[in-house]
Amino acid sequence: MKTLKIEELSKNFGSTEVLRKINLEIDEGNFLVLLGPSGCGKSTLLNIIAGLETINEGDVFIDDYNVSKVEPKDRNIAMVFQSYALYPSMNVRENMIFGLKQAKTSKEKIEEQLEKVSKFLQVDQLLERKPSQLSGGQRQRVAIGRALVREPRIFLFDEPLSNLDAKLRVEMRREIKKLHQQLKTTVVYVTHDQTEAMSLGTNIAIMNHGVIQQNDTPENIYNKPSNTFVADFIGSPSMNLIKGNLKENSGDIFFTANGSNLEVPIKDYEFKDKSNLNNKEVFFGIRPEHIFFKKFNETDFEITLRPDLSEYIGHEQIMTFDYANQEVLAKFPSTIKIDLGKETKLYFDLTQASLFDAKTEERI
Amino acid sequence: MQDNLKSSSYQQLEQKSKYTNMFLRWFLYFILIVFASYFIFPLYVMVVTSLKTMEEIRQGTLLSWPSGLNLESWAVAWGGRGYGAGDTFLRPYFWNSIKMVVPAVFFSTFIGAMTGYVLTKWRFKGDQWVFLFLLFGCFIPFQAILLPMARTLGVLGISNSVVGLVLVHTVYGIPFTTLFFRNYYVSVPTELVKAARIDGAGFFKIFFKILLPISAPIIVVTVIWQFTQIWNDFLFGSTFSFGEAAPIQVALNNMVLSSTSVKEYNVDMASAIIAGIPTLIVYVLAGKYFIRGLTSGAVKG
Repeated sequence: MKTLKIEELSKNFGSTEVLRKINLEIDEGNFLVLLGPSGCGKSTLLNIIAGLETINEGDVFIDDYNVSKVEPKDRNIAMVFQSYALYPSMNVRENMIFGLKQAKTSKEKIEEQLEKVSKFLQVDQLLERKPSQLSGGQRQRVAIGRALVREPRIFLFDEPLSNLDAKLRVEMRREIKKLHQQLKTTVVYVTHDQTEAMSLGTNIAIMNHGVIQQNDTPENIYNKPSNTFVADFIGSPSMNLIKGNLKENSGDIFFTANGSNLEVPIKDYEFKDKSNLNNKEVFFGIRPEHIFFKKFNETDFEITLRPDLSEYIGHEQIMTFDYANQEVLAKFPSTIKIDLGKETKLYFDLTQASLFDAKTEERI
Repeated sequence: MQDNLKSSSYQQLEQKSKYTNMFLRWFLYFILIVFASYFIFPLYVMVVTSLKTMEEIRQGTLLSWPSGLNLESWAVAWGGRGYGAGDTFLRPYFWNSIKMVVPAVFFSTFIGAMTGYVLTKWRFKGDQWVFLFLLFGCFIPFQAILLPMARTLGVLGISNSVVGLVLVHTVYGIPFTTLFFRNYYVSVPTELVKAARIDGAGFFKIFFKILLPISAPIIVVTVIWQFTQIWNDFLFGSTFSFGEAAPIQVALNNMVLSSTSVKEYNVDMASAIIAGIPTLIVYVLAGKYFIRGLTSGAVKG
């Protein structure tokens, strides 16, 4: 039984297609992050799961029960919003029990839940305050509390941290992670922040233009992006995508960048399909953090490139190199001194490389 | 030497800008006083005249101070002289106006709040057009709808009654009240409504429990606006009512224009002030909120 299942879901606003044939499944207790640039449809998808938006095609199942036409309040979900959406005229207590009162829960049960949750979230001292008298972090906690008291099957979070300042955001991120570890509830979490997605999710679904590009563990998203969009979207700075061709030579496969003669050996790469690789136009993908200044592994490939630009950011520096007129970025500790314009030896960790078809932009 | 020279010239400059500032300040006060007197002058004449006897009015000048606190003209304006036919006084019409203005303000404000809520938080296809047509209501000259409205009231059987006037003022208040509430609710995050829906609140519960409790500023604005409009209205009152059902502004007009004998300026002035007092009271009590509500509408969670 899947806690949440979405089948062939499509949604348009008038003539604009927002979601196209979305399929998604979440197991009990998982933390799914919907990640994507703004306008990719991730918030719409969350609203559809909540029942706040109608569906054009497809179905949503919660515990194998088709809830596509069920009212939000009967879906057994709870949602935390970006603006927290605490009711301004009610104090914290009234905010937290509003849903239970609507559901005609007994007084004893309400009090019991309120006490449990407010202690757990450490807001029990704030119960008589109005939302306007709370700090950002406290509001956040009350908003989570309002969701918790209902003991939902699925928690929905709509960019809950983006209204907080940078420091508080990191703190609250850790609190949400802890919360999930303790409660083990199923969570669907929408964000455009990749650090948030990586650190929180057990699964990440990357969306673009209303389509799920890749739905995988954070490790696979990072190490084995399924197409150039994902490769480019994850990581800062993002993955280098070097345009070139594959050459097959008596069983061994090499990559040569456009305008270069240097053959980069592709060994131990898990191709999806080993046929027709010769002369294939590809992007060779390597992350800036997988380019080293010193040889670390036996398999590291030595290459000499000219540094053109250096960006110092404290604990590290980002160097831009010229590779046959294509830019290649690398990340080094800031203690290393590199002279601009002077050819420098670098080492590519080829075990971390990715290859994408230049036409379809899919991983090969 | 040079330092001394420098500091003395700075002192001169300082002195000079001090005089300039002083001059500008006095000039500003002068202008303000001139304008203030210009606006206060008619009120002064009204109050002073209402406190004079007819004798004093005939002999003195417009601006002269009354001989004493003579409230007789106020009593006449409010309660009449006590003889039968032809004695028009304001008291019954004042209550007519109250009976008209209270329900009309209540209904138009309430309906405006509802429509504003629907137009912002329960968007539907074509809602933009509905709003646009409602806005037309703000710009239609009221003279244009007098005839159709008179016919409608006749068909409904409520012409020449306070109920009829309540209906007219409610209907013609809705465009304005809707505009006020819509613009206010636009700034209230829609996530509040979404959260309430997930919590299980329905259409009316969300309105009464979530939105209405945070609407105080815009309610005050709307009430002041509607109260002033309806209380001061003459056109609808004089068209759709006559005789005993007339509101105070119509009665005031009848009183001032239809007196057959000598013009009693003191009574006229007292009547005019009485007719204006309720709006003044509303402004004084709620004026602070009026300014605040007009300029800001944002509600932050």
